[in-house]
Formats: sequence, C-alpha cells, structure tokens
Amino acid sequence: MTLLPLAAAPAGVDLAAAYRMAAPGLAEWLTILPVAWCLLAGAVLTAMRGATRLHPGLTVAALAVLVVMDAALLVHVATHGPVTMMMGRWLPPFGIAFTVDMLGALFALTAAVVALLVSIQALGEVDDGRRRYGFYPFLLLLMAGVSGAFLTGDLFNLYVWFEVLLIASFGLLVLGSEKTQIDGTVKYGFLNLVATTLFLIGVGLTYGALGTLNMADIAAKLAAEPLGVPAVTLAGLFLFAFAMKAAAFPVNFWLPAAYHTPNVAVSALFAGLLTKVGIYALIRVCVMLMPAATGELSLPLGLVALATMLVGSFGALAQDNLRRLFGYLVVAGIGAILAGVAIGGATGLAGAIVYAVHSMVVMAALYGVAALALAVAGSERLTTLAGLWTARPVLAALSLMLFLSAAGLPPFSGLWPKVMLIRAALEGGWWWLAAGLILMGLLTTLALGRVFLLAFWRPVADGAVAGGSATSVTPGRAVPLSLGVLGLMSALTLGFGLYPEPLIAAANEAAAGLLDPTAYRQSVFPPAMNGEGTP
Amino acid sequence: MSTLIFRTVAPFLTALMLLFSVFVLLRGHNEPGGGFIGGLIAVSALAIYGIAFGVAAMRRAIVLHPLTIAGIGLVASTLAGLVSLAAGVPFMTGLWIEPSFAGVTVPLSTVTLFDIGVYLVVIGGIGSIAMTLEEEGDL
Amino acid sequence: MEPVFAILVGIFFAFAVYLLLSKFIVRMMLGVAILGNAVNLLIFTAGRLTREVPPVIGAGLDGPVTATANPLPQALILTAIVISFSFFSFLLVLSWRAIDALKTDNTDRMRLAEPADDPAPPAGY
Repeated sequence: MTLLPLAAAPAGVDLAAAYRMAAPGLAEWLTILPVAWCLLAGAVLTAMRGATRLHPGLTVAALAVLVVMDAALLVHVATHGPVTMMMGRWLPPFGIAFTVDMLGALFALTAAVVALLVSIQALGEVDDGRRRYGFYPFLLLLMAGVSGAFLTGDLFNLYVWFEVLLIASFGLLVLGSEKTQIDGTVKYGFLNLVATTLFLIGVGLTYGALGTLNMADIAAKLAAEPLGVPAVTLAGLFLFAFAMKAAAFPVNFWLPAAYHTPNVAVSALFAGLLTKVGIYALIRVCVMLMPAATGELSLPLGLVALATMLVGSFGALAQDNLRRLFGYLVVAGIGAILAGVAIGGATGLAGAIVYAVHSMVVMAALYGVAALALAVAGSERLTTLAGLWTARPVLAALSLMLFLSAAGLPPFSGLWPKVMLIRAALEGGWWWLAAGLILMGLLTTLALGRVFLLAFWRPVADGAVAGGSATSVTPGRAVPLSLGVLGLMSALTLGFGLYPEPLIAAANEAAAGLLDPTAYRQSVFPPAMNGEGTP
Repeated sequence: MSTLIFRTVAPFLTALMLLFSVFVLLRGHNEPGGGFIGGLIAVSALAIYGIAFGVAAMRRAIVLHPLTIAGIGLVASTLAGLVSLAAGVPFMTGLWIEPSFAGVTVPLSTVTLFDIGVYLVVIGGIGSIAMTLEEEGDL
Repeated sequence: MEPVFAILVGIFFAFAVYLLLSKFIVRMMLGVAILGNAVNLLIFTAGRLTREVPPVIGAGLDGPVTATANPLPQALILTAIVISFSFFSFLLVLSWRAIDALKTDNTDRMRLAEPADDPAPPAGY
C-alpha cells in the first residue's frame, strides 16, 4: 500500500507540464511549517477542553518551537534569498504560493518572539475562567493567522489569513464577556469587517484587471505596464483598507475604543501584532506590487501619516486611563511608519521596517506596564495611581526604560528608526514630515513623562492608590513573572538600541528586496522554467 | 415551537438529515457537495433537534462539546496537509491509497480527510453559535 | 452583460453603505449581509461572465475543448461566502449579547468603554 500523488496519469499526458515534479527541500517546508504548526497546536488545544490545566504549558512550548522555526527561516532567507513553496504541486502562478523574503521572515520572527513573551506573561494573568473559554487555543490560532499573513505569496491567501486572525482576535477580545468588552468588540468587529471587505474588493478588482493573484506575477505584470490598468485606483483601495487595519487617521477610532477593554495580556498582544499586520500588508501590496501607483499617492499618504502622528500623540496627552493612553501611542507609531512608507526609497522603507519591529516589542511591553500597575496597585488611572517608585523600584526602573524607548530617546531601540526616518524625510524634501516626527517625539515624551511623574514619582496622598499596598489585586506568581517578561523586553530594546547594526542591515535588505523584487520573482518563477510571468 | 407534531417528527427528520449530510460530504469529491455544505446540513439537523427538545438535549445528543468537535476537525484537516511531508511532495498535495477490502477497491485520499475535517469544523463552530442563539436568557 | 452587473453591484453597495451608516446594530447587520453579497457579485463579474460550460475536462482529453467558465472566481466566492457567513454568525451573537448586556441597540449610547465623562489626567500634584 503506497501513497500515490494523484491518480496515475493516462498515457500521453505530460504531468510535468502541470505539476512540480521535484520533491521540496526542508527550506521550502519552513515557509509553511510555522502556519501549519500553529494551526495544529491550536486545534489540539481546542479539542482538549477536558484538560485546560495543560493549556498554558503546551502553548508556551508550541510558541517556543514557533520562534525556532521562524529563526531558522530568517537565517535561511538571509543567506540564500527568498524561498517559495507552491501548495499542492501546482506550477506558478496557478497554485497558492508561500513566498518568504527578508521582510516577511523578519516580521514573522518578531511576532513569534512577542507572542512567546506575552504567553509567558499570561501564565499569571489569565484566570481559570478565561482559560476554560479558550484563551490559549485562540492565541495559537491568532498566531497562525499572523504567520500566514507574513509568509504567504498570494493576494487572496493574504485575505484568508487576515480573516483567520480576525476571527481569533474576536474570540480573544470578548473573552470574559464584560460589558465594556462587548462594547469595544462591537466597534472593533464592524470596522474591521468593513476593512477586510474593502481589501476583498481590491483583490477582486485586481484579479479582474490582471487575471492573477500571485504576488510575484502581479508585480511582474504591473512592472511591465505600470499605469496600463487602473492601478492607482487599486492602490488607493488597498491603501485605504490596510490603513484602516493599521488604525491610521481618519479610520483609527476603533483602536482606542477597543484595545483597553480585554484582559491585559490580550491588549499587549493586539497592540504588538495586529496593527503591524496591516502595516506589513500595506508595504507588501502597495509598495512592492504597485510601486508606480503608490508613488502617485505618496502626498495624500504623507498627509495621512502626519495627521495620524498628531492625533495619536495629542490623544495620548488627553487620556487618564493608562491603556487608553497607550492605545493612542500605538496609533502615533503607525503614523511614523506610514511616514516612512510615504517618503519611500530605501532609507524611508528601512526606517519604517525598523520602527515596526521596535514598535511590536515596545508597545506590547507598555501594556505589560499597565498590567503590572493594575496588578500591584489595583488601578490603571493616572488620577489614582501614585508612589509606585518607592513601592516597586524594579518596575519603575523597567518602565522608565520602556517609556524612553517608546519616546524615541537614546540609548534605546526607538532612537534609530526615528533617526532613519527623519534623515530620509530631509533628504527627500519632506521637511513637514520631519517636523511632524520631531513634534510627535516631543508629545510622546511629554505624555509618557507625565505617566512616570504621576504614577511613579508622585508621593502617595489622600485618595491616591499606593503601589504595592497590602491589598495587592493579583496574588501569587503573576507579578514576578510579568516583571521577568518586562525585563526581557527592556533588555531587547536596550540591546537593539546599543547595537542596532544587525536589525538595520536586515531592514535595509528587506527594503532593497521591496524596491527591486527580482529575487522574490525568481524564487517563484525560477529562471530555468519557461513559465509565463518572467519578464 | 415544541408542538406534539414537531416533537414526533423531529428525531426522524434529524436522523434523515444527518444521513443526508454524510452523503453530501462523501459525494463532494467529484460532484457538487463537500464538507462545508454537508456540515451545514448536519448543523440544521441538530438545530431542528434543539428547537424540538431544547439545547440541553441537543448537547447530550452530540456527547462532545461542539468546540471539541471543531478542534478534532481542524486537527484532521491540518494533518491531511502534513501527510505530504512524509510523502516528499509540497503541502496539501492530494495523496491516494487504494486498499482492497474483500475484492472491492476503496480509493481513500487526503482530500477526503481534509473534507471530513471541514465537515467537523463546521458542525462544531456553527453548532456552538446555533446553541448560543437558541439558549435564550442566560448568555 | 458586464455593465448590467456592474450597475447591480453598485446598487448593492449603495444599500449596504446606507445601512452600515445607521446607528442601530440590527440595520448594520443587514448592511453587513448585503455588503458580503455585493462583493461576491463583484468578484463574479470581475472574473468575466461566460457561457454556462462547466470547466471540466472530458475523459481521455488533455484540455478543455471549448471555452469554459472561469472556475477561479467561483472558488474565490465560495471562500468569501464561507468567511462572510462565519463573520455574520459571530456578529449576530455579538450583537445579541450587546443588546442584552448594554440594554440598547443604539451605538451612540454604547459609551461603556469610552465614557463621555472620563476625567482628564491631573495637571500636576
């Protein structure tokens, strides 16, 4: 009894004309394994409803394996260039392709590291009830969607992964079913549904115009006749859809409405990953596939970026609730990344990519600070928090590091992308975007400095909540565990602040791959093959 | 809705529809049908049962928690793709075995396994939503 | 036929957007349902309308004999239907819970997560 790929071909039919005959190597498998692994682990945990006690340990183990897979993938891509696997042996452009280049591998690895750290933090945060409702399976399914979005090479498949992560994020957001959560989820749900539907409209029209959904093929066809099809319309549609997913002004309001409502571990995960998936898709589809059309739209995109930075940082200044404040900072960061995309060119894109990677780690860590403030002082409001510095010196020191990093001050990782972006802006003649970036840095420093001043530095007075009082809200291992995770995240941001060369080199390579996708195309359509689509 | 007529007919209707859903599932390989539509028919059958006898009876009837069923289905579908790893072909390639039972050759494939997985996921996922909607009051 | 379908898609979108702009959740749900159908019709039209020849290769042949319908939009639409269906069922449960828990289906009055009277942060101490 042997496994037969396909029923035996009739005589005279040449299977090699329709199928890939060579066996895929391990590197090709690495493109799909992170997704398949997360799906499998999530499915096993979903089925194990009787043994939710085992969920936390298994999830951390599964995510550790995911980090190893993504790291191996990154190493392979860094040494050998982009790698492709065609599903089901179809020849490109007909099958679904998973194509991984530097950008995808870098984002996938960062996302996996953030998810692993958040899952460790969640060990102490997530109570039995939430565990029973399926926090951990949803977390793994979310990571399947996120990894799939970063690794796929097919436009429609990207849409499918968006939906997978969206469904999982709905599940995480309503977990616990408190009234505020339901309120937040209604806004999150409807607006994200509209965004993905706009994306789907774009996919449909792209297929109608070009007759293909394979990203490498689209890039080749559009490069051959940059404005022959209504490419500017398509790029505008995609820009709008992804900007909505990334929470850019004027479609950013769902984010601060929803991100502070769920469990803090969920907030941290969302802040770190979900908007960045929108950013990734924007960079991949608009910049790599439709560079000419996106170039036509760079002025409006720059204005959107400026408005997003300002709305985000002014919004942060006006908030009393820590997590709502951080939500606005996420929005401001999206503005900075979009500024890099609008400026374009190798430096601008590399700056945007480094900022996105930095922001994934630091934004998740900021929510970790909020989680700890809530755990040790029972409040996440600036009006009531006070005196955390004396009660929790370690937390205060780590928070200060993260605040400085988020504000973009040295010696932390937030500094370098800002420097790259401002330099790119000045070189490209975008002086007003450079001014906006500096103003945003100032406002963010003010907002976070005030948090430190009020919550940590202020002496305990009447009506204020003393940090670390006897009525600590979350007892047990939660606090030391979260502190450890926060320490790791701070170490990451300090490490990449002091030695940013590898990250910047990777981002430069990713940006070069976006501007000249020849290697990406050749990974899907090997030069030896006489398939159509090779220019 | 739980009139005497409906309660008498419901078990037969449910059984028939479940049988039909399996027929549609297995037919799906070469003709219209498949896991998704089969699963929807099965969920409709369960919903009829639930309307007639209540959600508690419906939960007892399917033994496992609906999300457990969905999880098992997702495991089956993912494994159907991962069989390719052992066979040395790309992910999700259709693979066939044709064992003979008492002289009858039965073609089995990973495609069928995938479809069965989809069937279970739909039963589990949509079933749990249907139960939530039918459980009036306590949400 | 394409222009007729294009106009039809436009009408669907107009209805969907109008309903989605309402502040009542139930109308928004109807908008979501129509929006999904509008997009499916759009993909169907974008894949070109062809005669009803199924894209099936006959026995013993190496390729289709005549021009057939394009199978890809159908696969895309099927996927999109499955996804929009599961979305719709999730949003249905969510809306019901929202109406049950928040005692309103008016999104203007759903201010629990972002209360109108949230205090400003202290200006100093």
